[in-house]
Amino acid sequence: MTTPLAGYLLVAALLFAIGLGGALARRNAIVVLIGIELMLNAANLNLVAFWRFGPLPEALTGMMFAIFSIAVAAAEAAVGLGLIIAVYRHAGTAELDKIDRMKG
Amino acid sequence: MSAIFYLLAVITLAGGLATVLLKQLVHCALAATVAFAGLALLFLQLDAQFAGFAQILVYIGAVAILIVFAILLTHGSHMPKDGVFSRSWALGLVIAAGVFAILGWAVLAGISAVPRQNAPPSATVRDIGEALVGRYVLPLEIVALLLTAATIGAVVVAMHEKASPR
Repeated sequence: MTTPLAGYLLVAALLFAIGLGGALARRNAIVVLIGIELMLNAANLNLVAFWRFGPLPEALTGMMFAIFSIAVAAAEAAVGLGLIIAVYRHAGTAELDKIDRMKG
Repeated sequence: MSAIFYLLAVITLAGGLATVLLKQLVHCALAATVAFAGLALLFLQLDAQFAGFAQILVYIGAVAILIVFAILLTHGSHMPKDGVFSRSWALGLVIAAGVFAILGWAVLAGISAVPRQNAPPSATVRDIGEALVGRYVLPLEIVALLLTAATIGAVVVAMHEKASPR
């Protein structure tokens, strides 16, 4: 591996795959949400790595994209965990395969 | 490629793997915090100081705490009787491996096109602040609106339901 950018991209790809596997394979809604957060973070790592090694870093585009992405991910985590708490209160469980009714 | 990069990559990926594989939910949250911290250090390694410290503040300071609160409020520390993985976990594993294969192939196939090492760019907080109130002022306002809406929305969604007749 000669270029540093490829190393960062591979780490991000592996982290994305780990997060995706966690989101798809776990039963608890909270771990699924953490998996989604890991995927968002892997995308952020890609953005920052492309900013660092890209042709025009003075424009700060990738950095800004990562900062806005962090803000949006924080909002998503707050609403997602609020939803999980509401569902837990309603259904009595946070296990996703036990929540199989849409009727209240 | 420095030894620090490999060390940070191993820390981050080990934290991610432990998040997905550990059984206790609290351990998952702690492992996720390790992964977030590793990512923040990778950002610092990429000369993105502002993004790195924002990552520490937002993820380790806020999201990890939120996750721990959610675990406590949903009594997630009880171990489920029939395992922590869903019935279709093998399918999820196959999809994740396939996605990684495609992404890794794309990176390795384009390895000749990626730029070489260049001089570290200077992105001081002053530059970032001027860009935020200059070129990126509209996204900044939209994010402010989004965060306000998300705060109100999270409170409304997680508020007690009114006792409804069943």
